[in-house]
Amino acid sequence: MTSVAPIPWKMESQRSYFAKALIELGEKNPNVVVVGGDTTESIKTMDFGKKFPDRLFNVGITEQNMISIAAGFAAAGKIAFASTYAVFGVAHTYNVIRQNVAYTKLPIKLFCSHAGLTTGPDGATHQLNEDIALMRGLPNMTVLVPADGPQTAKAVHAAVDWPGPVYCRFSRTNFPTVTSVEDPFEIGPAYVMRDGSDITLAACGIMVSRCLQAAEELEAEGVSARVINVSTIKPLDTASLLRAARETGGFVSAEEHTVVHGLGSAIAAVVAQEHPVPMEFVGVQDVFGESGEAFELMEKYGLTAAKVVEAAMRVVERKGR
Amino acid sequence: MPDKGLKPPEISRTSGAGVGRTVDISDAKIRELEAKARLLRRHILKMTHQVQSGHPGGSMSACDVVTALYFHILRVDSESPRWPDRDRFVMSKGHACPVLYAALAERGFFPVSELMTFRRINSRLQGHPEYGTTPGVENAAGAEGQGLSFSVGLALAARLDRKAWRVYCLMGDGEQDVGQTWEAALTSAKFNLDNLTAIIDRNGIQQEGRTEEILPLEPLADKWKSFGWNVLTINGHDMRQILHAIDEAHAHKGQPTVIIAKTTKGRGVSFMENVVKYHGAATSDEELRLALAELGEVPP
Repeated sequence: MTSVAPIPWKMESQRSYFAKALIELGEKNPNVVVVGGDTTESIKTMDFGKKFPDRLFNVGITEQNMISIAAGFAAAGKIAFASTYAVFGVAHTYNVIRQNVAYTKLPIKLFCSHAGLTTGPDGATHQLNEDIALMRGLPNMTVLVPADGPQTAKAVHAAVDWPGPVYCRFSRTNFPTVTSVEDPFEIGPAYVMRDGSDITLAACGIMVSRCLQAAEELEAEGVSARVINVSTIKPLDTASLLRAARETGGFVSAEEHTVVHGLGSAIAAVVAQEHPVPMEFVGVQDVFGESGEAFELMEKYGLTAAKVVEAAMRVVERKGR
Repeated sequence: MPDKGLKPPEISRTSGAGVGRTVDISDAKIRELEAKARLLRRHILKMTHQVQSGHPGGSMSACDVVTALYFHILRVDSESPRWPDRDRFVMSKGHACPVLYAALAERGFFPVSELMTFRRINSRLQGHPEYGTTPGVENAAGAEGQGLSFSVGLALAARLDRKAWRVYCLMGDGEQDVGQTWEAALTSAKFNLDNLTAIIDRNGIQQEGRTEEILPLEPLADKWKSFGWNVLTINGHDMRQILHAIDEAHAHKGQPTVIIAKTTKGRGVSFMENVVKYHGAATSDEELRLALAELGEVPP
């Protein structure tokens, strides 16, 4: 089990952690290069560029080009990060990622900010709620969703030594820092953050914090909830999730992403095959978002601790039948 | 901008296996390369015939350029396909991979007999190039328009490492339709990539017809010029012109060079030349016999 940071949680920027980690890497390793697409200031790869001006390549609003360039860098032995907003870096570029990255297995590190509903006032065009679905569907692709700033920094370091391509999504909005700096982070393991025996709440990204809150509320109702932070969506930690299925007998998945082909779908496929248990899915219900403040949107679209609690109570009831 | 101010390093090309001075090249050498190109064309026809699929037309139009590169220009080593200091040939027009496979086989990267597994199950020679499987293949291609960007990444890496290896990217003219090609063109110019040479196989035909009818490209040379490239236009079937243009590209500093190689689709076989159908259709048994005879194959 990993620890949970003491409450009140600090609200921190994943982008800042990302930028700091990139600079640490750049200092250690002259082979690290970063390709950006006219978002280098907001995503903070500019910080890397200020420190290492010859290793940041701003290629303008040419995201397909950006991905292929990063692949070319990787083919020449560079540790290549490509970084922009998720909607541009993942949705606009799908076939380039498919052919030049996933098919080739070239180990580029695609780190995208502004994923999900919490992109906020920019509205539906910028709120990519389908990136996990897109990326986990690609053979050879690894998909990371850090829960907070510290995990984002650790994901940067973990991605460097990973042999294949990595997609990592994070947010424009400050997230509560729920993990502790001392906690380990590896690509692969799902981290149990709170033990419990009646139900498992499996979450990624900001929904980890919501599930931790939900677990508190459920405890008051006499329901013991296990909370698992699934920071690696692919490859999925099936051992840990199946253990949870056997030991708790029910699941709620929670993600700031469409429920179509996201974390919940990934878990359901494993559970349905190996150890079927009742399950509910908290996430964006196959709709586009809209403009609004991040936390207003999470409320409106049902990404709250209360919704997790309701879903959990339904699962517990179905278990009893 | 933090990424400006990159100066091309002062580096001298060290000579290695396969490097030739192209100026004052002998007639004998030209004849040798032309014979090699005929051999590759025969391979292309047999490869596509045995599986009755693939793209012979665009493979044959690019054949002289590919021959010049693999048999006179590129510093590559079939014993060590991943030699870090090798030149990179990026085949952006992936559908024309028969010509690449034929060149690689004749250059010793894999047995010539393996060519006849092209597009067959369990083959290393995929219908469009796969990276990491086929010795000597430097990129995956098939979806058009990605190769030049990939080449930009390679060329930037070579420059960062102050390496003398060069990048050659072969594009089709159909690929000039693709937006990403022009994204890469802008980027190459921004970074003054004079270690990158692009070659356009300007055969004038794409899958469904003439390029100028499907989506007009002309004036193509002016477009590239206005994008900041050094533009050379040549007859892409004249071996001496091809070698001369590549030599000029090497000598040109501060800008990437694009060679617009005017070619004929299906070049080398009278009844295939300039025929749209042979973009993606293999020859019949009888056509193959006639074609091979035209290309100088001596029947056994």
